Amino acid sequence: MRPYKEEYMAEKMKLEIVTPYKKVVDTEVEEVTATGKIGEFGILPGHAPFLTSLKIGELVYKNNGVSEHMSLNWGYFEVQDDKIIVLVETAEIAAEIDVERAKAALGRAEEALKKLTQEDKQHKIYEAALERAIIRMQVAGKAVRK
Amino acid sequence: MASLKSIKKRIVSVKNTRQITKAMKMVSAAKLRRAQENVVAARPYAKKLGEVLQSLAANLEGDLHPLLEKREAKKLLLIVITSDRGLCGGFNTNLCKAADRYIKEKKDSFEQINVMTIGRKGYEFLKSRYTVYKNFANVLAKPNYQAAAMMAQEVIDGYIAEEYDQVELLYNSFRTVMTQDITFEQMLPVAQEESGETEETPVEFIYEPSVGELLGEILPKNIEVQIFKAMLETVAGEHGARMTAMDSASKNASEMIGKLTLQYNRARQAAITTELMEIISGSESIKG
Repeated sequence: MRPYKEEYMAEKMKLEIVTPYKKVVDTEVEEVTATGKIGEFGILPGHAPFLTSLKIGELVYKNNGVSEHMSLNWGYFEVQDDKIIVLVETAEIAAEIDVERAKAALGRAEEALKKLTQEDKQHKIYEAALERAIIRMQVAGKAVRK
Repeated sequence: MASLKSIKKRIVSVKNTRQITKAMKMVSAAKLRRAQENVVAARPYAKKLGEVLQSLAANLEGDLHPLLEKREAKKLLLIVITSDRGLCGGFNTNLCKAADRYIKEKKDSFEQINVMTIGRKGYEFLKSRYTVYKNFANVLAKPNYQAAAMMAQEVIDGYIAEEYDQVELLYNSFRTVMTQDITFEQMLPVAQEESGETEETPVEFIYEPSVGELLGEILPKNIEVQIFKAMLETVAGEHGARMTAMDSASKNASEMIGKLTLQYNRARQAAITTELMEIISGSESIKG
């Protein structure tokens, strides 16, 4: 982890993470890392306008040197004038993730995938479910301990 | 004049009704608050996604996405969203009538009009008049995004398969607790706003992946969100309408009870008077 430096103070970006159910995050951040459609990327203040879609994956933002991990579903990511807007279907902060539920979902998805072949319509759905469960569990492990 | 007993009976029955309508009003008020919060919470997401879509569509050159393509509109799909349950005043009736009028109006300009309903009330109304293409019931009790996504997928599949060339959404949008507006929205093809010269120079974005691919992901999402939002608005509107309807029903019941009580007292007084007359005349005759 990079040491926290004084001069980053002034350079902050606004981060908003919105789902159809609520605004999950609305805060100032120094750095954001997320999993884009074609790979992981990081955003620092002063980034050029940028638009991408997100995969099921992890998003990390750093505020005052403290990293917060989140697990995201499909999403859309926009940076413009040091303002980041993330639209996602679901977003969970690491500390709020229900690991038991994720485990159960993982088990269910694995079970279902065994019975299905690649061609089945359901296959894709369960694959996504599997991916989500794995990411959830990974992210949950990185929760900020308070 | 009705007998004392029968008036008493009616008072009791109206009182019972009032109790029910009052309870329903309370329940609706509680549910309304939650539904209203959901509507408000969903708005920023829907708004932002709409904006993104417009800016993407404006930047798009060359290959159009199948969902943006404008075909000659021959077949229309009308999606009507109503509530599953009644007893909410004119909430469903008005919407159904509007749908009915609309279909009659457009019958000549389209070869075929398909109707899809979400919610039981609309289905029951429209199935007796038109053939309902598809119905989704029981999704409104607890509107969730997955259900909306599923319905959106059906709509998109049908559109791409050219089962219909235009999709319109009809629902009650929630304005205030007292008023719901009947709203028509064109979903497909996606209406591209004619952005005039007034707009500031568009920002050059870095797109990853390409604009077309991004659009391909965002377009279906936008339809999901539109349906989801309409569902939330319907639910909020339903509770609002039911609350108002039940409130006036309770008021009417109270009024009725007042009138009946007056009638009851009068009847009782008349009975007492007659009885007195009988006793007096009886004792007079004994005296005589």
